[in-house]
Amino acid sequence: MIDPLSIFLLLLSASTPILFAALGELIVERAGVLNLGVEGMMITGALAGFAVAYVSGSPFLGFAAAATGGAAVSLLFAVLTQFLLANQVASGLALTLFGLGLAALFGKPFEGVKAPPMIPGPFRINWIVWLGLVMVPLIWWFLNRSRGGLILRGVGENHDAAHALGYNVRLVRIGAIAFGGAMAGIGGAFISIATVLQWTEGMTAGAGWIALAIVVFSNWTATGVLVGAWLFGGVTVLQLRLQAAGVKVPVQLLSMAPYLATIIVLVLISARQKFSRRAGGAAPGSLGQNFHALR
Amino acid sequence: MKRRTLLASAAAASILTLAAPAFAQDEPLKIGFIYVGPVGDGGWTYQHDLGRQAIEAEFGDRVETTFIESVPEGADAERALTQLALAGNKLIFATSFGFMDPVMNVAAKFPDVKFEHATGYKRADNVATYDARFYEGRAVMGTIAGRMTESNKIGYIGSFPIPEVIQGINSSFIHARKVNPEVEMKVVWAYSWFDPAKEADAAAALLAEGVDVILQHTDSTAPLAKAQEAGAIGFGQASDMAAFAPSPRVSSIIDDWSPYYIKRVGEVLDGTWQSNATWAGIGDGEVVIGEITDAVPAEVKEEALALKEQIASGEYHPFTGPLNKADGSAWLAEGETASDEDLSSMNFYVEGITAAIPQ
Repeated sequence: MIDPLSIFLLLLSASTPILFAALGELIVERAGVLNLGVEGMMITGALAGFAVAYVSGSPFLGFAAAATGGAAVSLLFAVLTQFLLANQVASGLALTLFGLGLAALFGKPFEGVKAPPMIPGPFRINWIVWLGLVMVPLIWWFLNRSRGGLILRGVGENHDAAHALGYNVRLVRIGAIAFGGAMAGIGGAFISIATVLQWTEGMTAGAGWIALAIVVFSNWTATGVLVGAWLFGGVTVLQLRLQAAGVKVPVQLLSMAPYLATIIVLVLISARQKFSRRAGGAAPGSLGQNFHALR
Repeated sequence: MKRRTLLASAAAASILTLAAPAFAQDEPLKIGFIYVGPVGDGGWTYQHDLGRQAIEAEFGDRVETTFIESVPEGADAERALTQLALAGNKLIFATSFGFMDPVMNVAAKFPDVKFEHATGYKRADNVATYDARFYEGRAVMGTIAGRMTESNKIGYIGSFPIPEVIQGINSSFIHARKVNPEVEMKVVWAYSWFDPAKEADAAAALLAEGVDVILQHTDSTAPLAKAQEAGAIGFGQASDMAAFAPSPRVSSIIDDWSPYYIKRVGEVLDGTWQSNATWAGIGDGEVVIGEITDAVPAEVKEEALALKEQIASGEYHPFTGPLNKADGSAWLAEGETASDEDLSSMNFYVEGITAAIPQ
């Protein structure tokens, strides 16, 4: 009755915002930085992208602006945590609150207007969905097969050792934070430009927090992030489809399903990896710790 | 003697100075609002905030309003309400169903503060409730939906399975079926008042089921955007959502709280405010039908407007028998209309809707 292909197509666009945000946060956390401001960067990107898309008439310029906007607010976090050595958890939470407020303020002139339509990509799937799919192997390759990825991981695992080897810990981390901001910005803009086509305050509605959770449960791997985002998006879409088809399953159970299924599967994945690879789990060794070169 | 007069006049003077501020009534009436969403949501909260602005425009310096936005339903609401009461607000509007118990708790602690709770059913000496008969507007939307659907499947995105939402589903379905006996209704619950991404997914799920008209009881424009992609139609909810006119948005239900807010603030100012339950509809101007666009054929538009007039004048009640419940049991006999008590506790679908309400 419900054909799997249509579910898969819905899943792709439903999971795109969290996929972008989670891939960005993956890089940030692998560099040893815990940025809880994902929601704030997403909403900033959602507004910046929408505003530019509306004014210029080009959705693609909008996405470029979203990446810039997300990266710009994330640099505030970078200054606080990398130069002023502020607590990362508190700074990240502040970034979320700041982003939500800032976007609400500057978003006032853009309320009630509509974004320009997007030209669909191959197979009538949105270009940004394709971009998200391409980013997964790219990030996997970068982290596991490239020199740059090795340095980034080194900085995240043990910043003192990386520093002793002559790597600029601060610079690597600022780069990672800006990349995370840009990715979160694109994820947020996908909601405003491609899904809703309008700007409304608070429109990301907690997607950033789900992205954060997916990074942890994915055991800090790109493939894990993809599985998590698809699973969450997929079960969300499936449960709504089952409701629409009038299947007699308690709706509360269906609504709960995306969260439950995502947690169970990702816990299973991370448990397996934990036992097979190394003790102490896959969390980057210096995650959430500030680095000071004089220590 | 002299000394005594001096004392007496001093006493009189001090009494005068003490009494002066209270006598002069210079203090404006402080009015607080708590909103469930951001004022820029373009829907439910936006409309309440227009009501707040209407109060300021009407009473000017005699009132002072403040609001707290994006207050989650639950314990946080109690904190926000207490904060407003402690800040000296003498009239507080709580504008979401889920604020009901927090309002009751805080109202018990501040007997001299008057509370107005939207869409709830619990009252006290200092707690009044107010609501709009959205189902009247839904009857008009349902008529348009029934005429416009080609697949004979209409979809409804529900927020939470509470009476207010269930009335809307039933009312739309009854009137869609009245003009098109083949109509089927698909219902999806989003379990949120405002979550654009989820509302978009819900709309996509309905469209994939073959639905070509979408009604929504959630506040974002995401379902309209999805409807447009698929060539389906929908309706503005809470506010006009005119950016999506003439299609997919072919009409809308607009909540206009201003008349009620102005009336109640006036009553507090002249001391005649009383706790009661107000339930106003199209006839009172609280539920407004947004412009029906040219995407709708002229005769359908005429039919919808005629129904609107009948409801406004009180000549027709959207829940008029014969009507059965979904389980087949009798509800309203021929010509009988539903009582307000029946409506405000509605927890069943009418006959013809095959889905089940989450209990």
